[in-house]
Amino acid sequence: MRFRVRQTLVAVAGVATGVGFSIVMAALMQGSQADFTRQLIDALPHITVSDELRKAPVQPAETAFGAAEIHGLTPEVRRRGINNPMAIMATLETWVPGAVAPATKSQALIRYANRDVGASVQGIDPHREPKVSMLATQMRVGTLASLYRASNAIILGNRLAERIGARLGSNITVQTTDGARITAQVVGLFRSGIRSIDESTAYVLVKTAQILAQQTGLVNEIRVRVADPMAAASVAQRIERETGYKSVAWQEAHEDLLSAFIVRNIIMYTVVGAILMVASFGIYNIISTITHEKTRDIAILKSFGLREATVRRIFVLEALLIGLVGALAGWALGYALTGALGMVEIRNPMIDATRLPLVYSFLHYLVAAAVALASSLVAGYFPARKASRAYPVDIIRGAT
Amino acid sequence: MSVAGTPQDLVDGAPATEPLIVARGVTRILPGIVPVTLVHDIDLAIGGNEFVAITGPSGSGKSSLLYLLGLLDLPTAGEVRIGQRATVRMDEAERASVRLSTLGFVFQFHFLLPEFSALDNVMLPMRALAVMGDDAMRRRATTLLASLGLAEHAHKRPDQLSGGQRQRVAVARALANDPPIILADEPTGSLDSKSSEQVFQILRDLVDRDNKTVVAVTHDLDLAQRMDRRIRLDDGGIVSDDVAMRDISA
Repeated sequence: MRFRVRQTLVAVAGVATGVGFSIVMAALMQGSQADFTRQLIDALPHITVSDELRKAPVQPAETAFGAAEIHGLTPEVRRRGINNPMAIMATLETWVPGAVAPATKSQALIRYANRDVGASVQGIDPHREPKVSMLATQMRVGTLASLYRASNAIILGNRLAERIGARLGSNITVQTTDGARITAQVVGLFRSGIRSIDESTAYVLVKTAQILAQQTGLVNEIRVRVADPMAAASVAQRIERETGYKSVAWQEAHEDLLSAFIVRNIIMYTVVGAILMVASFGIYNIISTITHEKTRDIAILKSFGLREATVRRIFVLEALLIGLVGALAGWALGYALTGALGMVEIRNPMIDATRLPLVYSFLHYLVAAAVALASSLVAGYFPARKASRAYPVDIIRGAT
Repeated sequence: MSVAGTPQDLVDGAPATEPLIVARGVTRILPGIVPVTLVHDIDLAIGGNEFVAITGPSGSGKSSLLYLLGLLDLPTAGEVRIGQRATVRMDEAERASVRLSTLGFVFQFHFLLPEFSALDNVMLPMRALAVMGDDAMRRRATTLLASLGLAEHAHKRPDQLSGGQRQRVAVARALANDPPIILADEPTGSLDSKSSEQVFQILRDLVDRDNKTVVAVTHDLDLAQRMDRRIRLDDGGIVSDDVAMRDISA
């Protein structure tokens, strides 16, 4: 009797371990997947509409003389920027489910105390920017509104500021390749956690960026953040169709990473599936052993005249009960292990110290429990069927 | 369930002189490279309200004969009739239902299910027969256990009972569906003399008071002497039967 109790406990523990670990693995795999996706989505605005065109513009001469190949043309220079950006933004705001903000991007050399660093200087609208990017939440010193505090104010990435040795209030020189040059006061520092961005990005007002670009009213990028990031691609297509400007959704911008993603997905499902499978073999093994050991009881029950189906049902129910208790214990174990893993802190020089990304999904619990119950059912059914078919007399004869 | 009648019908329907168990030319050979003959050419008839001992040296086939009479095993040749019913052509499910309603078994070992209380063990055959409600089954099981002096042990599990108590629970379980026939295989074989006497008395009372038919396999000749009829086997055949064979062709 004690032996049976212990064995039943072992069976329950076996089921619980299988269920628990597959839940943890699923939480970890899907969590890291979700975290990765979130980082990709948040790194850039969901959709960037830029003043570029998908194809190189056709030169007027080529349209005029279709049959001839023309060499040595001086190409017609297109005026930079998005035509009539305010009107386009107003139109977008009428139908895009999300927010829209303008930006003026240019490349510049940032100089302070004889140290030069190349940087991407982006002109933004402090009122609209928080609606399209995470910049406002990434501010470490100052706020986006600080840009209004000085006539030429600039916000630097924290690593960029470190590199040139600038601090809050420092006056730095910003110089473009076209020769425009301004002096700007550092009014804030941000930290996105992504090193390449923190080292080489600075934000100014759109107006300041236009001065740097030496082009009044220039807006060469419209940023869009949509309510549903997964719908970004189709929204981007429609924007491109309606405005003619190249508009890139985050999916397109990260196409290479997303294809690596598919591989990750396959790995994830394989690993979680393998764990569930190993767990279900363990469950099968334990439960079928128990059922085999009850062959004698089965024979006794049959000798009174219990029918095979009744006997089978009793043992299948018992197996299911073990599976069920094990699955519930596995839920608790999985939940506890996930919680414990969530405490682990990872320090990585490239990003901020973070905790393991974990996802608590009821689906994981359901799937793990379903697999456990299914394998207990199978593990109980087949040995029970075999045992219920045995002739009781063979077993009683053996016992006496 | 395809039982022709309840156990009571079988007893009432047949006059006491009508045999309750009939074996005709029963032979059982275990197949194998060297076939083993367990019993051969057994002819016997056991009437209602008899107390029969099957004796013989070990290996003489007495247990095998009991299993054949109890429909636990199938004869290679010959036939067994239980309460006038031919069992030769029955399938396993039909034989099971005859065992359930007409036969009660007591083995040398109690064979109680260790996970269940005495009461639940006694209720198992009733549940399988499924003609009584849960309350009625519980009442009957309690009454049965009480009549065997186990009233205060009804809720104990088998491992909390002594050997004699377990065997009495096993008798109560055999009586669960009030079968007219009790088949016992060395029912006192694993008990000390005191418990052994208790169990024997219970079987004796079943015959004298409750008009049951009890067929018990035993190697204990003293015990056999205290029963009403002794069938002695040797080498798989009947060598003596101290009650004259009734005319079974009637």
